[in-house]
Amino acid sequence: MSLNTKSIEGQDGSVNQSGINNFVVRFANVNGTGSASANHLFTKAIFRMGIPVTPKNIFPSNIQGLPTWYEVRVSEKGYLGRREGIDLLVAVNPQSMQADVESVRSGGYLLYDSSKKLGQEFIREDINYIGVPLMNMCNENYTDPRQRQLFKNIIYVGALAALFNIDFKELENLLDEQFKGKEKLIPANIKALQLGENYIQKNFKFPLDLRVERRDILKDSILMDGNSACGIGAVYAGATVAAWYPITPSTSVVEAFMDYAATLRVDKTTGKRNVAIVQAEDELAAIGMVIGAGWNGARAFTATSGPGVSLMNEFLGLAYFAEIPAVLIDVQRTGPSTGMPTRTQQSDIMEAAYASHGDTKHILLFPSTPKECFDMTADSFDLAEELQTPIIIMTDLDLGMNDHVSQPLQWDDKRKYKRGKVLSAEDLEKIERFGRYHDVDNDGIPYRTYPGTHPTKGSYFTRGTSRDEYAVYTEDGNKYKQNMDRLMKKWETAKSLVHKPELYQEKNISENGVLFFGTSTYSVEEAMDDMKAQGISIDAIRITSFPFNKTVEDFIKSHKKVFVIEQNRDAQMKSLISIELQIDPNKLISVLNYDGLPITAHHIVQEITTNLFQNQKVK
Amino acid sequence: MSYVRPKFRHPSLPTNKLGYTVDYYEGSLSTLCAGCGHDSISASVIQAAFELNIEPHRLAKLSGIGCSSKTPAYFLSHSHGFNSVHGRMPSVATGANLANKDLIYFGVSGDGDTASIGMGQFVHVIRRNLNMVYVVMNNGCYGLTKGQDSATADNGSKNKSGQVNPFESIDLASLAIELGATFVAQSFSGDKTQLIPLMKAAIKHPGFAFINVISPCVTFNNNVGSTKSYDYVREHVEATSTIDFVPQMTEITTSYGEGTTEKVKMHDGSFIQLNKLSKDWDPLDKRSAVNAIMSAKEKGEILTGLLYMNPDTQDLHQTINSSDTPLNMLHEKELCPGSTILKEINANFR
Repeated sequence: MSLNTKSIEGQDGSVNQSGINNFVVRFANVNGTGSASANHLFTKAIFRMGIPVTPKNIFPSNIQGLPTWYEVRVSEKGYLGRREGIDLLVAVNPQSMQADVESVRSGGYLLYDSSKKLGQEFIREDINYIGVPLMNMCNENYTDPRQRQLFKNIIYVGALAALFNIDFKELENLLDEQFKGKEKLIPANIKALQLGENYIQKNFKFPLDLRVERRDILKDSILMDGNSACGIGAVYAGATVAAWYPITPSTSVVEAFMDYAATLRVDKTTGKRNVAIVQAEDELAAIGMVIGAGWNGARAFTATSGPGVSLMNEFLGLAYFAEIPAVLIDVQRTGPSTGMPTRTQQSDIMEAAYASHGDTKHILLFPSTPKECFDMTADSFDLAEELQTPIIIMTDLDLGMNDHVSQPLQWDDKRKYKRGKVLSAEDLEKIERFGRYHDVDNDGIPYRTYPGTHPTKGSYFTRGTSRDEYAVYTEDGNKYKQNMDRLMKKWETAKSLVHKPELYQEKNISENGVLFFGTSTYSVEEAMDDMKAQGISIDAIRITSFPFNKTVEDFIKSHKKVFVIEQNRDAQMKSLISIELQIDPNKLISVLNYDGLPITAHHIVQEITTNLFQNQKVK
Repeated sequence: MSYVRPKFRHPSLPTNKLGYTVDYYEGSLSTLCAGCGHDSISASVIQAAFELNIEPHRLAKLSGIGCSSKTPAYFLSHSHGFNSVHGRMPSVATGANLANKDLIYFGVSGDGDTASIGMGQFVHVIRRNLNMVYVVMNNGCYGLTKGQDSATADNGSKNKSGQVNPFESIDLASLAIELGATFVAQSFSGDKTQLIPLMKAAIKHPGFAFINVISPCVTFNNNVGSTKSYDYVREHVEATSTIDFVPQMTEITTSYGEGTTEKVKMHDGSFIQLNKLSKDWDPLDKRSAVNAIMSAKEKGEILTGLLYMNPDTQDLHQTINSSDTPLNMLHEKELCPGSTILKEINANFR
């Protein structure tokens, strides 16, 4: 089969300028076959060539045997959201072959295992076929069955290296690093890469019109998943207690914390650990432990996903009412119920914002990059202790489990932990009578004591029941109301402490605005560029926290129409804004995506332009 | 029930080694029903803490929800307290203990709080051998919601409205032994001479110490036909032994008859001295403890006293090898790896 070199069409039918550093490759694999590390090798080599690249794992809720896809977008312009339209598909899963063949854009490529003849049903006139006899090559070159399976993956990476003009040296370096200490595994891997590369060189015209060229765009950027960044952030923030219950996609947050703590939290003289990590019996116990530890003066956190947050509701209400610091990292996935556990969504917003019965509100932070995962996790421990309340970090599966190009993590060695209003034994000496819920500073935030501080002063009875300023039980309606009002005052104080939103322009200039948060950021930024190219200029704001501070309110008020981009069905952020800022919901126009895959720029542009165009017609 | 506690105290009330009189260990006035077994248990906690010379601020009292869980307000008012959510005290106690291993953790729960809604957490806190005292004030019913049967109500026991409980009861003591609790005792709220030394030993035990105290509910479960009424319990209590707790450094002076006395040495050098009333039972042997409970049950007796103990125990902090300094006392210096290491971490992601 010959390769044609006709121009590359974009997913929307428009012709892209160039296929250089600008394409999407999708790998169709069977999970549990070792494809993940081979695919990662491919991505990392492109990253090492200084080119922005973003991989997405699209995987089933299954351990072995079901189809799994790995989608890599290469974008010279640094667009790191997902893009529709597959330029080249590596088809090594017979189970999903039909759908995989169909998913390739017209004019695109299909790399397949040509050990067996491809069935007629998989032949399309409008795509190019690159047959590599992967299985035969493995059988000829390796005897061990497991190796035969594993090296099939490495061979196709070698083939892609030739097709895309990936620097072979980068692949070699990566293998050297990967097998440090197990050097004898390196030659077999190199051989597999070469098998693939040589086969392409002998049989096809290469490189393709789609290919990579070395750039120096990335500078000191890193390629990291958000969950690792959260875990490292917790280490840096001084978290000493982590209690958790395994749940996809949050599990790797605590695993990362555990890994880094294993080396970074060891007392050099005793060999003991400056950390306690407990796998709890369920999410209820996990948050209970965090609250117990927070009450007792340790920095504590848990990580979970939607179903876990549901179970934690009761305790979150207690922590809100009893005013106990706690950090919860919610890596959102597709709900409701078990939903699609391995797909992404931003659908826990309402659940988290108002978690628990009665009048409760919780502080939410919305990171959108690994660096922000690190920063916000670290900041959340300060906020939790300053405000004596739970802080929930709202990340998602896409950010948490996929690698993202990010600014490097940074730490200021002069930074001190903000431990909030805690009275020491000396402080207590100077006080006539300690009132745990006394609003001394008129900011709604009372002073607290750790158990065990002073022999005669500072003890109090923490409870979820109504109490007076001295933590004494009362059912006096006025006392209850005063306390609830003070909690609202604290909420107002929080507005000045939480992260500020990011405005994309110095002053609001256009009639319409876009509002977004979290992982939609990548695609919204791309969409804004696309619209600009079409002559549509639009102001933008990225929300990073709840409660919303005044900038958010001002932004919405100063625009006629605000498009709210979110990845859920019910427009939860729009609802939250309408409720909390008392804004006319008709002014907020939802752009939603809830198929479990990350939102794309194309979708956003279409929704916004359609709306704007329709309105013009009405006029 | 009186609403004002008399201020008068006998001028020559004895003081403990810290110079405190027993009233220093009291709490606020109980709001439980007059005659409630739980108030006697609170009184035992007060006496035990007084006799052990505990500095109240070095003890944290935790509870769930229910009548029993209100009691931490009625003892040790100079201790920090945490009245958490229904059935979840064990997790809060676990977190608190992880944060600061140097305090004494005294948990109070009820039979509803432990044997029903909190069964999951009860089971797992035992598995982890958290260093705490866990007292269940067991009255076989839900007092605060007016007398429904609980999971520890005996099969065949009659409630106040005359209904007979058709379900099997959960035996918390044998369950605790089964799950690996390293100190398991049973007692009766009306028997302070037994309960106080048991509490003292439990506090000194360096792992999970469980005391199931039968504590009759005077209002909802004190009727004829109830197996948790005062009369029934008094008639059916069968003690394994008399018990003395002998603190560290104190010479043992009491003597018992040959072959019936057993001294159990505790971790800190204290002793529990048992005058055994039952021959076939060995408090250091799980199997004999479970047998003793079961045969007592078959005879319709409630076996009390120390049932089982493993003095050589490893608590959760030892298992996870946490630092000698309580975790809540560590600072940036010990906790934050700093920017140089972060640069290395970044480098691994390039």
